[in-house]
Amino acid sequence: MSGTFTKSMARNIFFGGTVFFALLFLALTFDSMQAIPKRDNHANLTPSVVAGKKVWETNNCIGCHTLMGEGAYFAPELGNVYKRRGPEFIKAWIQSQPTGAPGRRQMPNFHLTETQLNDLVEFLKYSSEINTANWPPNIEG
Amino acid sequence: MQYSSQSVAKPYFIAAIGLFLGQILFGLIMGLQYVIGDFLFPAIPFNVARMVHTNLLIVWLLFGFMGAAYYMIPEETETELYSPKLALLMFWVFLVAGAATVLGYLLVPYATLAQYTGNDILETMGREFLEQPLLTKIGIVVVALVFLFNLTMTMLKGRKTSIGLVLMMGLWGLAVFFLFSFYNPSNLVMDKYFWWWVVHLWVEGVWELILGALLAFVLIKVTGVDREVIEKWLYVIVTLSLVTGIIGTGHHYFWIGTPEYWQWWGSVFSALEPIPFFAMTVFAFNMVNRRRREHPNKAATLWALGTGVMSFLGAGVWGFLHTLAPVNYYTHGTQITAAHGHMAFYGAYAMVVITIISYAMPILRGRAANSEKAQVMEMWSFWLMTVAMVFITLFLTAAGILQVWLQRYSATPIPFMAAQDQLTIFYWLREGAGVMFLIGLLVYIASFFVGGNEKAKAA
Repeated sequence: MSGTFTKSMARNIFFGGTVFFALLFLALTFDSMQAIPKRDNHANLTPSVVAGKKVWETNNCIGCHTLMGEGAYFAPELGNVYKRRGPEFIKAWIQSQPTGAPGRRQMPNFHLTETQLNDLVEFLKYSSEINTANWPPNIEG
Repeated sequence: MQYSSQSVAKPYFIAAIGLFLGQILFGLIMGLQYVIGDFLFPAIPFNVARMVHTNLLIVWLLFGFMGAAYYMIPEETETELYSPKLALLMFWVFLVAGAATVLGYLLVPYATLAQYTGNDILETMGREFLEQPLLTKIGIVVVALVFLFNLTMTMLKGRKTSIGLVLMMGLWGLAVFFLFSFYNPSNLVMDKYFWWWVVHLWVEGVWELILGALLAFVLIKVTGVDREVIEKWLYVIVTLSLVTGIIGTGHHYFWIGTPEYWQWWGSVFSALEPIPFFAMTVFAFNMVNRRRREHPNKAATLWALGTGVMSFLGAGVWGFLHTLAPVNYYTHGTQITAAHGHMAFYGAYAMVVITIISYAMPILRGRAANSEKAQVMEMWSFWLMTVAMVFITLFLTAAGILQVWLQRYSATPIPFMAAQDQLTIFYWLREGAGVMFLIGLLVYIASFFVGGNEKAKAA
């Protein structure tokens, strides 16, 4: 870099650029907050869904699965599992773990109560109805 | 060492390396579980191993950053640390809190851990990378605030350099954005939106300021190039980082219920995110080529150059690979993401912490540089770990491409586990590369115990 471009110029560009883009990001965030309610399925955010989210979190489901593509990549995507498998299959599946099949990936049994299972299913139903811009590409997730 | 209080950095660096070893061991367990699904089940289920793997990574990098700051700030400000005692106290607090948290993950079912640690008071647990119990999260905030107080007080009474300023801004930013980990609304879209304010604004935002400052500091020391020149570069690099990285957050807002204009904002700005990393590579090589002294610590110079190259490849190239919305539509949440994550974290953050350790540790042990023999060994560890990471990344990328094809792109998509079964060969190869990485890390640790000859005495 030539001598005409000084350190103080670089510093000013740093502060100016950072402030400008941080403000732009805040503006976009503000706009997103207005737009998200049209897509986030909050109408179906029932007490059962809220409880289900807690079941999801306190059993660290994200440690193996993805939810809308975010999480670990060891086990299937669950953002659309409600549409893929339906409520009864999900409950039966969770209750029958671990399979114990030799050499196969194992899911622990979390000893969920019937209420917790229903709440979790409600949470997965709510999640599957969020407008995700048509992601994932197909039902397999 | 110029200032005696710099010595508080030493335990931080030792802890960082110890936790790094733990991280890699759990990585190998998980890698094996990818192919031998019931390995160590039910003692260590995959989700527990992953939590330990990623949390140890974060904690050892934080130890590295804190050690780096305690080492650098006295030299940059030309004054002793405000309170070395406080720094040592916080070391033990952080280490004990970290160890207790990991033991909690390993010994107690996660739901029970949540119940006993106050998750019912404020629900923050069970989100990727932010799995820590409430108590640990509060502990992190306390340690960070005391740490920042200590350094800010040091800064106020001493010389204010650009490197010091950029470093402090990065560290303050780290603490401020961590506060979003306490915000966990029931609305999943809102939860995810602000979860990224911790995760993305850390690694593609404020952490890059820390990265730049550490690299600039070491380059001044090992090349002897004029501070004015290096600090000017630093400002240019961190400008590019934040200008691209802040709006670049948008590449996480494609498919989580956020407005679709983010597909444009996210794609365009994150496509520019490789530029600061490219600038960092050019910067490192340029400064080393223009060096005005032959510093005896060749290993540190190698790590500094490696940081530039590997962060550009891992964060820059592998990030760009799947950041454009039409591509990300197919690759989102696959092994492609894992490939990028591994090389980016290693190339940018693991390597820059090792760079500062490589430079500072010999000085903390009373010599300008380690013996020739120890340095050769350290350079072997550089190549073993770095080449291993390249292979880990390539095998995961191959697995990811195949996964995308089988599960998402082909005319007849197959279920997740059916696709996984066909990726086995790549997972085995990745595990092999992982073993090579572990060997490299063991060689690295061994290099600290190779005797120094008397040639290079304290500078």
